[in-house]
Amino acid sequence: MRHIEAPMAGTLLSVLVKKGDEVKAGDQVAVLESMKMEIPIESGADGTVAEIKAAAGDFVNEGDPLIVLV
Amino acid sequence: MDNALERRLAAAIEKIEAGGAEKYHQKLKENRKMFVRKRLEALFDPGAYRIEDGRFANYEAGDLPADGVVTAVGKVGGQTVCVMANDATVKAGSWGARTVEKIIRIQETAQKLKVPMVYLVDSAGARITDQVEMFPNRRGAGRIFYNQVKMSGMVPQVCLLFGPSAAGGAYIPAFCDIVIMVDGNSSMYLGSPRMAEKVIGEKVSLEEMGGARMHCTVSGSGDVLARDEEEAIASFRRYLSYFPRYYKEKPKAAVPKPPKAGRPISAIVPEHQNVPFDMYELIDALVDEGSFYEIKKLFAPELITGFARLGGKVIGIVANQPKVKGGVLFVDSADKGARFIHLCDAFNIPLLFLADVPGFMIGTKVERAGIIRHGAKLIAAVSEATVPKISVIVRKAYGAGLYAMAGPAFEPDCCLALPTAQIAVMGPEAAVNAVYSNKIAEIEDPRERLRFVQEKQAEYQKTIDIYKLASELIVDDIVPGHDLREELIRRFELYETKETAFAEKKHPVYPV
Repeated sequence: MRHIEAPMAGTLLSVLVKKGDEVKAGDQVAVLESMKMEIPIESGADGTVAEIKAAAGDFVNEGDPLIVLV
Repeated sequence: MDNALERRLAAAIEKIEAGGAEKYHQKLKENRKMFVRKRLEALFDPGAYRIEDGRFANYEAGDLPADGVVTAVGKVGGQTVCVMANDATVKAGSWGARTVEKIIRIQETAQKLKVPMVYLVDSAGARITDQVEMFPNRRGAGRIFYNQVKMSGMVPQVCLLFGPSAAGGAYIPAFCDIVIMVDGNSSMYLGSPRMAEKVIGEKVSLEEMGGARMHCTVSGSGDVLARDEEEAIASFRRYLSYFPRYYKEKPKAAVPKPPKAGRPISAIVPEHQNVPFDMYELIDALVDEGSFYEIKKLFAPELITGFARLGGKVIGIVANQPKVKGGVLFVDSADKGARFIHLCDAFNIPLLFLADVPGFMIGTKVERAGIIRHGAKLIAAVSEATVPKISVIVRKAYGAGLYAMAGPAFEPDCCLALPTAQIAVMGPEAAVNAVYSNKIAEIEDPRERLRFVQEKQAEYQKTIDIYKLASELIVDDIVPGHDLREELIRRFELYETKETAFAEKKHPVYPV
């Protein structure tokens, strides 16, 4: 099990995957809005989305887990 | 000539040059490591001269060939360099009294000859049994570090870390300009995992606590992560080609090459300020093909630092990476930039800043980590650098981000703008929120609220329009993307005769 974490503090703009989706390392899985910038969040590993831990509009801190992969 | 004497000498040399016991050579092989003399062979130009002093150090001990360190002078890419190289087959490369004396002497040679000093480190640290002779005195181990600090900025100093660099020995890499590490083999730590468990009760692996990958991605104590020793040596040889012999000379030019074929700059840089793009693509479009050598690629990747050639001439590039963390400056990126700027300025390498920066990060986490103090380091480095400096405003340069990227107040030789450039205290969204937050909150109708915000943003946009800023002489010129490379080549050539001192004083009180 691996987590995809927020790279910095900000507001989650959108989650681009849903439970059960297959993702590959480097795939864009979410977009964070921080410092008025759209920041793409990429998966660091291959896997299947097991859980989504934050929703669009949530404030997240650096290091917070956003997506759980198995 | 007495043949018996000659034979004795030949036998002694052969024994010394064979290094330590066979089982330790076997261990090197198991760990994908080269014997110290093989490393030197790969490091130096083939066929060029090589001089070694102190080969007979501790000869009388019988089992400590060269006292565990080879000190030599040779050529790398035609440039004379001084080298010290630990021999891990001799008491794990540990330092005895003569080891230390040899290292000090080769450092003194580098200082006298004004040539680069290279440290090939693979050492378990001090030989505790010899501590009185090698540790505390005037020419004890401490003098190695003292010399390094003294030589810093005088001649290039590079560390190739092939194995452990423990306790006090860990300061050799720390005082070098850069550290090249081998993935899986290099490590740096003050206290080993075994010691950590005994003294503070922590259970941790060596790789996790002080491995090459950790230092190159997290601590920032490593600069280049190599797959193996061959790659590390090739990387070092390339690194050195960007440097002059010492601080009074300039780097040598190479044959100019056109940039890599790719999309035009106008297609690479998006007009909309908030969407990401890949700054590497812009760097590729500007510099001679294949000439970019990146420093700290894996550490704080929101800021890119590296050497390149522009029309054959060496420059240092500091560029925001909007693809990572929006290109926002953090504690680590500020340190990374400051360090790189100091390195370029010390050795007469002109600086190119490519700015696309929303500013320094805000929020509790970074304030507690000292973002102001770290940001001050970057801005101080930019201020103090007296080499030719060109600031290119690629897209946005907001707030202190403008200062960090050598904005107009920081004595760049010129501040150029691409047509996509925007300079402001903050972006339109943030500015309208800051100025009209009460008013926006009072408007109840959402459509009316949106209309108001958009109208104010458009008004604000006009005040930070790049033509207005050029009209006010804030930027020196607006340059079309397709002409930027040639403009930079012309300007760096023009600024070659620049001669300036920052300020008369002993030294600044550095923000650290």
